[in-house]
Amino acid sequence: MGDVKLRRYRAPHWDEPLIMEMGVPGERGMLVPQAGPEVECVVGGDAVAFVPESMRRTTPPALPELSQHQVLRHYLRLSQETLGMDLASDISEGTCTMKYSPKVHEELVRMPRMAELHPRQDDETLQGLFEIMWGLRRVLRGVSGMDEVSFHGGGGAHAVYTNACVVRAYHASRGELPQRNEMITTIFSHPCDAGTPATAGFKVITLMPDEKGYPPLDQLKAAVSERTAGVMMTNPEDTGIYNPNVDKFVEVVHEAGGLAFTDQANANGILGIARARDAGFDACHFNLHKTFSSPHGCEGPAAGMYCCTDQLARFLPRPVLTFDGQTYHLDYDRPDSIGKIRQFFGNVQVVLKAYAWVLQMGPQGLREVAEVSVINNNYLDKKLLEIRGVTKPYEEKRRLDQVRYSLEQLKEETGIGTHEVQDRMVDFGIQSYWMSHHPFIVPEPFTPEPCETYSREDLDYWAAVIEQASDEAYAEPETLLRAPHNSSIAKMKRTEAFEDPDEWAMTWRAYRRKRAARKDAADE
Amino acid sequence: MRPGRRVRERSDDPQMTRAPFIHPYIPNAVPATKQAMLREIGVRDVEELYAPIPERLRFKGELDVPGPILAEADLKRHLRALLDKNLSTDDCLSFLGGGVAKHYVPAAVDEVVNRAEFLSAYCGANYSDHGKYQVRWEFNSQLAELLDVDVVSEPIYDWGTVVGASIRMASRITGRSRALLARSTAPERLAVARTMCQPEQLPTHIGLESVGMDAGGGMDLDDLRRKISAQTAAVYLENPSFLGCIELRVREIAAVCHQAGALLIVGVDPISLGVLAPPGSLGADIVVGDLQSLGVHMSAGGGVSGFIAFNDDPVYCAECPLALYTILETEREGEYAFGEVMAERTSYGLRDKGKDWVGTASGLWTIAAAVYMSLMGPQGFREIGETILKRSHYAAARLREIDGVRLSFGDAFFKEFVVDFNGSGKRVWEVNRALLERRIFGGLDLSQDFPQLGQSALYCVTELHTKADIDRLTAALQEVL
Repeated sequence: MGDVKLRRYRAPHWDEPLIMEMGVPGERGMLVPQAGPEVECVVGGDAVAFVPESMRRTTPPALPELSQHQVLRHYLRLSQETLGMDLASDISEGTCTMKYSPKVHEELVRMPRMAELHPRQDDETLQGLFEIMWGLRRVLRGVSGMDEVSFHGGGGAHAVYTNACVVRAYHASRGELPQRNEMITTIFSHPCDAGTPATAGFKVITLMPDEKGYPPLDQLKAAVSERTAGVMMTNPEDTGIYNPNVDKFVEVVHEAGGLAFTDQANANGILGIARARDAGFDACHFNLHKTFSSPHGCEGPAAGMYCCTDQLARFLPRPVLTFDGQTYHLDYDRPDSIGKIRQFFGNVQVVLKAYAWVLQMGPQGLREVAEVSVINNNYLDKKLLEIRGVTKPYEEKRRLDQVRYSLEQLKEETGIGTHEVQDRMVDFGIQSYWMSHHPFIVPEPFTPEPCETYSREDLDYWAAVIEQASDEAYAEPETLLRAPHNSSIAKMKRTEAFEDPDEWAMTWRAYRRKRAARKDAADE
Repeated sequence: MRPGRRVRERSDDPQMTRAPFIHPYIPNAVPATKQAMLREIGVRDVEELYAPIPERLRFKGELDVPGPILAEADLKRHLRALLDKNLSTDDCLSFLGGGVAKHYVPAAVDEVVNRAEFLSAYCGANYSDHGKYQVRWEFNSQLAELLDVDVVSEPIYDWGTVVGASIRMASRITGRSRALLARSTAPERLAVARTMCQPEQLPTHIGLESVGMDAGGGMDLDDLRRKISAQTAAVYLENPSFLGCIELRVREIAAVCHQAGALLIVGVDPISLGVLAPPGSLGADIVVGDLQSLGVHMSAGGGVSGFIAFNDDPVYCAECPLALYTILETEREGEYAFGEVMAERTSYGLRDKGKDWVGTASGLWTIAAAVYMSLMGPQGFREIGETILKRSHYAAARLREIDGVRLSFGDAFFKEFVVDFNGSGKRVWEVNRALLERRIFGGLDLSQDFPQLGQSALYCVTELHTKADIDRLTAALQEVL
């Protein structure tokens, strides 16, 4: 890594005020259509007369008043103070599969025949959209081996929640619901594999890994019973470790009368390599905003596609898309459906982007995506493990698409841990890394995911930044303790606001009030 | 896959190619690069890297997946041809609402939302993605002014989800397990909330019961008084209602709730709040709603985004399942930073012990709404509210002139109103079919969800409907009926 030249990056620093402090009363950013004299001739000039007096707004909302350029400029500056994925390297955001989102997809979704569709239009007027959805249905059936696909999930966790509801409906249909109230998951499965079944009414049992990095089969056998509703697990897990006994896990759960779901938010390394159905699973899901390239949009709009076997299809949220060979329909007549998990039928603009991406890949391209992402990960792994203070826990050393590393050794030897290194990364023009989901089973964790988007040079650069941080930790830890140095903002202070009701302020009005109260207290 | 074998043979589609290619989205697909990397890793081929997956679990066949279409130009042509099979609300004159409606999206909103930095960012932390955090907080601050509350959450999937989430929140706050919902609640939102409140067989089920509708479309207060009890965690109503009616007695309803120890949850369409009284001033304990009307394209329902808001009470903050962001200071004088409050309480912090769950949902739409609110300002919201009131009332006045047509409720409505076709002898679907032939999307058919209204439809009129549009609808209906 000696030949990598680290960038002398400086984040834009606009010193931009809050929009609430900007503008001048009377300035306008946007003029809106007026009803016009002919309409007023019929309904009168005083619109507010239609609102009963008790329900009229009497005080105008205290919104900022700015001209259009001033508004645009403000938000453009804030966009510049956001690193984002397009400008930087998001290898850092492991578990998120930050791959390139092709720009042509954005042109497609902005076309009026996508953007200006109303979800309750007659089916006849949405046939093109439905054909695209049906196309993605074929793709997801192909890569999962499942029979039916639900488009409703507005994010990955939402699809996982769908599964919890489907499992609930399945057991209810067999008269076993109140008894089968336990859902099993693993600690290295995403938090939503525990959070959503809990919201759906299940008690959650969490399996812990052994020295290999995944739960031993015996632990699962001890956990199942006549109370088992199912299992919801990730594979490869958050650590990048593939549980080779996954089909045996499914068997044990099936034998106990439960259903098996695999969370495939991170399917990038197994596209065309291993399919959920082939391991015996009853259902799985995919994140279109991860594996299938749709941009993450500051956390959405996203899409979690839920895929299941024919046995479970009758429980899917309504409506379900159907095709009679000529015409597509939304089928609302689903008496066994779990009902709805979302209004309408999904973030279909995200479906369009995912379908466009698959079309560009084709079947062998998908496999290439998987293979290159695994090669990239193992290449980065080799580089990172050469760095002092970086270790990789668990016996299973070969990982697929990502790895959870530990800086425990660095911390012990230098006092510098993962938080400090995370803050330092920003200084080199790359995203601060994702450490880990909670709890931190791996001490001082960090989790890169170098998917197929990244070049060898990108990987070398990323490793060089970690190496730089490691060198500094041993030689000049102060640099890390004071990091970041080149960010859009200086080091945060008064972080008690994260927990203290007297300090926190979620809005400008709350901040002004609390700031005034603090000032009064100080004056006294 | 071996170098040089990236060949997909398909003869059934002329757009599919047979030539070998290096994919423009996969830099390390270059054979020499790949080989060098494999050598450095110390393996002969990628198969060795897949060793952890047992042979029995490996997929051996070829995926049943279309493509590839290699040239971007060909891809665009292909998908555009598919989209051209749709008819949009730009092609036809639409009066569809019911949770999503066509409003004007300012060009400056699209410009900001489509900025590469915002479009491609994800969960980067405070220092690297500072601008994103500031916009979020400014979104919260501006929406709070419209709603007249102190705390606004990071939004989630849609309004239906936040109805369910806020009822669950109220249940945890009050320790009670029943909720009353206005009979006029949007059927889709009710269905989502019902799923979230769990089936009756479960001990953690929250019972949902509807409160009758009075003649004006508002909540029947007598029925509310009859049904509210010491078991009631929350009462939910929408203002304006799904049927467009302005609820006249929110303050009285709030008083009834509070006397019974229940919380009042009010759902709002924020574009109404330049002219309608803000829910925070009417006694609402929790406010929910959707952002779509604030500068988000409909995208066949992909433009929805639900928020939860309330006053600055630590108990409410602790029970809110969605992310909350605070302002704080930095070491540079006068500079602000932003970060998540009590992150530990969410499912990310506590897994199954957290408050429901939170996940990637609709973050980009908060940016759209932030820009929209800044562009509009107080005067813009006032004017757009007035225009919608005038034009929707003009439409109502014209439609009620038609023989066989009447309005189901009175004049106190905003943006949407119920058109009763019972006197025409025609069913709504027949009317809508005939309108579609004239390239008009008629109002939403209510006959299934509100059978008591018979053959009625919900018509939506926004600032985008001109007098000529409304006159065209009127003439078409006169022909059809």
